[in-house]
Amino acid sequence: MSLKTESKLEKILASGNLAVTSECGPPRGSDPEAITEKANLIKDHVDAINITDNQTSVTRMCSLAACIRLKLMGLEPVLQMVTRDRNRIALQSDILGAASFDIHNMLCLSGDHQSFGDCASGQNVHDLDSMQLIQTVRRMRDEGKFIGGDEIKRPPKMFVGAAANPFADPFEIRVARLAKKVAAGAEFIQTQCIYNLDKFEKWMKGVRDRGLHEKVHILAGVTPFKSAGMARYMKNRVPGMDVPDAVVKRMADTPKEKQAQEGINICVESIQRLKEIDGVHGFHVMAIEWEEKVPEIVERAGLFPRPVI
Amino acid sequence: MIVADKKPIEEIIQEIKDYQKILLLGCNECVTVCEAGGKKEVGILASALRMYFLNQGKEKLIDEITLERQCDHEYLEEIRDRIDSYDAVLSLACGVGVQFVADKYGSTPVYPGVNTCFLGATEKRGLWTERCQACGQCILANTAGICPISRCAKRILNGPCGGSTNGKCEISKDLDCAWQLIIDRLKAMNRMDDYEKLADIKDWSSDRAGGPRKVVREDVQE
Amino acid sequence: MRLSYPASIKIIRVPCTGKVDVIHILRSFEKGADGVYVVGCMEGDCHYNQGNFRARKRVEQAQILLDNIGIGGERVRMCNLSSSEAPLFVKYANEMFDKIIQLGPNPIKLAKKKIKPIIREGAL
Repeated sequence: MSLKTESKLEKILASGNLAVTSECGPPRGSDPEAITEKANLIKDHVDAINITDNQTSVTRMCSLAACIRLKLMGLEPVLQMVTRDRNRIALQSDILGAASFDIHNMLCLSGDHQSFGDCASGQNVHDLDSMQLIQTVRRMRDEGKFIGGDEIKRPPKMFVGAAANPFADPFEIRVARLAKKVAAGAEFIQTQCIYNLDKFEKWMKGVRDRGLHEKVHILAGVTPFKSAGMARYMKNRVPGMDVPDAVVKRMADTPKEKQAQEGINICVESIQRLKEIDGVHGFHVMAIEWEEKVPEIVERAGLFPRPVI
Repeated sequence: MIVADKKPIEEIIQEIKDYQKILLLGCNECVTVCEAGGKKEVGILASALRMYFLNQGKEKLIDEITLERQCDHEYLEEIRDRIDSYDAVLSLACGVGVQFVADKYGSTPVYPGVNTCFLGATEKRGLWTERCQACGQCILANTAGICPISRCAKRILNGPCGGSTNGKCEISKDLDCAWQLIIDRLKAMNRMDDYEKLADIKDWSSDRAGGPRKVVREDVQE
Repeated sequence: MRLSYPASIKIIRVPCTGKVDVIHILRSFEKGADGVYVVGCMEGDCHYNQGNFRARKRVEQAQILLDNIGIGGERVRMCNLSSSEAPLFVKYANEMFDKIIQLGPNPIKLAKKKIKPIIREGAL
């Protein structure tokens, strides 16, 4: 894979190093420090930072503005973009806006349904779906063309990512679905949080059987549990999440004051096992509102120091 | 068919309370099948409204007529010679019927008596579900005869999304995941290879997005 | 047994309670009835399988509607008994009678007396 963009993430992945990304959720307000403080906690331990786009459909500071904040700090943002809230005009326009600030990474998503958020009575857009957004941004970059066919002056140089959930149903099409995203143009994949490692290994085998691991960089998603309650919540309430009973039990059997540490232990052990899987090219550490723990996880997992490119 | 649901009687009372002579206009088509605005529902609503206003000390003249269709000039003409004797019409047809009455009888106030919901089917008595959003460019040939535009909460053309769990949609355990249904059908028809065909970016100009639509058939026009 | 029940109760015979619709119940009130109760066969014993279940649903619909328009859903009731249970028939009749005495007359009946009807000009 020859380099297509200026993306640091792309360079690290191309160099054969395991990449580490993390994410920050923008604030429910306009305070820029809410982003910069979170970023400062993790900046030395990750290669790029995803900024979520109104995750769980709760209205927040826009992903693009928060990405610009990171850029101004000299950090490497991954602009998450959902198709829920913007039509093709707005999506393309925001891609250009991001490119104007030399934001080089994008993650294309459909987004949670708005019924989960604070605007359940709002409209959703879904003019494009996530695959079509991947196609769109690739075409903008590689052909320098808008969806409408017109030429783009200074096309956006985006390293294009997508999400994959190996645990959603139906399982049998999960590899085929990844193949579809790769065919659409995805260059890196950040997966849903992995707790069921056996199932993930099974999925990765399917991925390798089709040679997809050579066409796309897969970053395995991990999220540490803060408590047994969070483990139960993720298991029972979050759609498309697969938390095995044994993991919930391990958290529940731990005394309350040690649960947070146990959650981090589980996370580090998972990374160590995931490192051994052929085709896993990095990790996406999603410490939800717990960014301060990312350095510890990265260090204990043997992923520190980060390579300098 | 077009599926409608009853409006709460309190809302209807608010709509018509200031009129004295009111025509309740039912429709024999879709709203009869979905038990929202047929002759029977017109009768029940008229009786209830008469009693409500009597009880409030207000005498109203509330008449009932149910037409074969309200979306056709021919049938709607049947009330032309009577329409002027009413102060208002409460139409229990779908939104199309309400508007056709308004178009045709320019000076008569007309109010909706039902909420028009969707294009759907009768699963069983008392349960109607959506099947079509009339996007104007049918894609069912590519989706195994199941429409993700009307049946997927995110109208995803290349699905399913990551929220599909045990065949159900992330927004409700009572809602089938349209893409699970599509995949089940593709398997049953031995057409799973089709799953990996990418659906093109859709031209929504034939959908609501393109503005009010028309079907013009000069070949059958008189 | 020659049991007696209140003379003000007027019996309307139907082939099956499944024949009774919401509109029949409402019309009874429009015409001045103070209460309506539907007496069906025992649940599970309907000759047409579903008749008395349908009647119960319709009674429930009528109750909601009568509550919404201020007449009172309590004026309607569904009862079930078998044809050999005359004492139970009388018991339900007395219960209904007592209920109506407690609720007072149908307000529609009173309202009608106070209102001058609209003279129809052409409509229908």
